[in-house]
Amino acid sequence: MRTRTWAPYALIAPTLVLMAVFLVYPIGSVVYYSLQRYNVTQPWKNGFAGLDNFKQMLFDDPLFWQSLAFSAKWVFVEVSLQLLLGLVLALIVNETFIGRGVARALVFSPWAVSGVLTTGIWILLLNPSTGVFQVLSEWGVGSPGTSVLGNPDTVFDALVVTELWRGVPFFAILLLADLQSIPKDLYEAASVDGASRWRRFTSVTLPHLKDAIILSTLLRAVWEFNNVDLIYTLTGGGPANQTTTLPLYVARQAVDSHNFGYGSALTVAGFLILLFFSIAYLRLSKFGSRA
Amino acid sequence: MTETLTRPPVDAAPPPRQPTKRRRRAVAEEPGKPWMIRVPLVLYLLFTLIPFYWMLVFAVRPAGSTQLVPWPISLEHFDTVWNDIGFGIFFYNSVVMGLGVLVFVTILSVMGGYALARFKFRGQRVFLLAMLCSQFIPGAMMLIPLFVIFKGLGLLNSITGLIIAEVAFQLPLSLILMAGFIRNISVELEEAAMVDGCSRTRAFFAVVLPQLKPALVAVGSFAFIGAWNQFLFALMFATRQDKFTLPVGLSYTLGEFNTDFGALAAGGVVAAVPVVLVFAVVQRFLVQGLSAGAVKG
Repeated sequence: MRTRTWAPYALIAPTLVLMAVFLVYPIGSVVYYSLQRYNVTQPWKNGFAGLDNFKQMLFDDPLFWQSLAFSAKWVFVEVSLQLLLGLVLALIVNETFIGRGVARALVFSPWAVSGVLTTGIWILLLNPSTGVFQVLSEWGVGSPGTSVLGNPDTVFDALVVTELWRGVPFFAILLLADLQSIPKDLYEAASVDGASRWRRFTSVTLPHLKDAIILSTLLRAVWEFNNVDLIYTLTGGGPANQTTTLPLYVARQAVDSHNFGYGSALTVAGFLILLFFSIAYLRLSKFGSRA
Repeated sequence: MTETLTRPPVDAAPPPRQPTKRRRRAVAEEPGKPWMIRVPLVLYLLFTLIPFYWMLVFAVRPAGSTQLVPWPISLEHFDTVWNDIGFGIFFYNSVVMGLGVLVFVTILSVMGGYALARFKFRGQRVFLLAMLCSQFIPGAMMLIPLFVIFKGLGLLNSITGLIIAEVAFQLPLSLILMAGFIRNISVELEEAAMVDGCSRTRAFFAVVLPQLKPALVAVGSFAFIGAWNQFLFALMFATRQDKFTLPVGLSYTLGEFNTDFGALAAGGVVAAVPVVLVFAVVQRFLVQGLSAGAVKG
C-alpha cells in the first residue's frame, strides 16, 4: 500500500498552498514589518526602522509589560479553573444516567456560541438595570444596580466566569473523549479488588488521563493566550487598559491605530512566547516517536 | 422519564428486566450515590442555561417589560433587527460563509488526511510538524500581514476572502483529525478491493468514504461552527455593512444598543439558534472524533 507515487503530494497540494500563503508568508512578513516604520495613517514617515520598534516596546511602553502580565494572569487563572471544572464535568457526563445524552448536549452547548455571542448574552445577564443581579436584589440578595463590568474590582471576575461558561464545556469534551477510551474491564477489575470510587479515580482514571490532561492544558493555554474576541467585545481591554492582553493590544494597534510596524513588533514578541509553548507541546506529545 | 416515575418500590421484588436495545438506560453502577452526579450536574446546568434563558427573555418580551416569564410573546425586536438593522443580510452572509468553509475544509481535510494516513511520502514529517505548529499561531497576530495580503488580492469586503482565510486557519486541525479517523479504518478491505481490480480512487469511494460518515459530520460541523463564530477576520476584512456577518453585526449593536437590550437579545437569538441546533445534533460525533486521536497529536 505504501508505495512512492505522486498521489500524496497531489492530495496535500491545496493545503500546502493555503498554508504557505496564509500562514507561513504572513509570519515572515510580520518579522519584516516589525523592522519598519509602517503606519497607514502616517505613510510619509514609513521606512526602515531597525530595532526601534523593539526598543520602544521593551523600554518605553509600560502597556506592553502590563498587557503581558495580564495575559499571564488570564491564562493561568482561566486554564487552571477550566481544567478543574472541565474534569469534573467530564466525569459527571461520563457516568451512566437517564437523560445523559440530553444533559451532554445542554452543558456542552455554550461552546458552540463562542465569541461575540457569548459577550452579548453575558452583557444582558450582567447589566445593572435588568440583569440577574437586579433581579436578585429585588429578591433581597445583594444591592440594586450592581455593575460588575463597570467596576474595576469585579471586571476580572466577570471576564473569568464568562470565559469559563464557554471554555469549560470544550475542555470537558476533550477530556470526555479520552475518558471513553479507558477500557471498562480496568474498572471492573478494580471493583473486584475492592477499590473505592475515589481509589479507582486516582489509580485508573487519572493515570490514563495524564497525557490528555497535559496536552489539552497546553493547547488551552495557547488558545486562551490567543483569545481576543471575548475580551475585545466585553471590556475592550478596559477599564484603563486593565484587561488588555497582548493579542488584544496587537489587534488595537492594528485595527484602531493602523500602526502596523509597532503592532508587528508586538506580534513577534508574542510569537517568541508561544514558541516556548510549541516546543513544550512537541516534546511532551513525543512528536516523531511514532511513525 | 416515565421509567423513573413508575419504578417499583425498593422492597418489592422487581420483575426481571427485559433486555432492551437502549443501552444508555442501563442502571448506574453504584445507584447508591446518584446525588454525586445529580447535584453538580443540576448546578452546572443552571450555570449553563440561565444565560441562554436571559437572552431569550429579553428577545421576546416587549421593550420596557421586566417580566421573568414573558407572556404574551412579542416579536417586535426580531422585526427590528432582521429588517431595520440588517440581520437578514448578516444571516445570509454567515450562512454562505459557514457552508463555504464547511465544504472546503471537509473536502481538503479528507484529501490531506488520506495522504497522511495511507501513504508514506518524503516530507511527511515536516508537513505534519508544520500543521501542528500552526495551532500555536494567534489569529489576532496575523491580522496585520493578512490585511496587507487581502488588500493586495482585492479580497477585502468579500465573503470569498473570509472563506479562504478561515479555511486556511481551520484546515490543519481538521486534517489531523481526519487523518486519525482514516488511520482507524482498517486497510484490509481497501486492499481487497484493489486486489479485485478496483482503482485506488474507486476503492476510496466504495470502501473508505462510507465508513467516514461520522468523521465527515464531526469535521464539517466543527468547521461550520468555527466559521459561524469567526469574528476578528470578519471585523477586519469586511467593513461594508452589506458584507457583515452575524458576529460583526452583533458587535456593532453591542455598542449602539446599550439602551436597547431587546434588539441585542433578538440579534443574539438569530445568531445562536443555528449553531446550537447544529451542535446539539452532532456533539456525539464531536466526542468520537476527538477520541480518534486529534488531541493526542
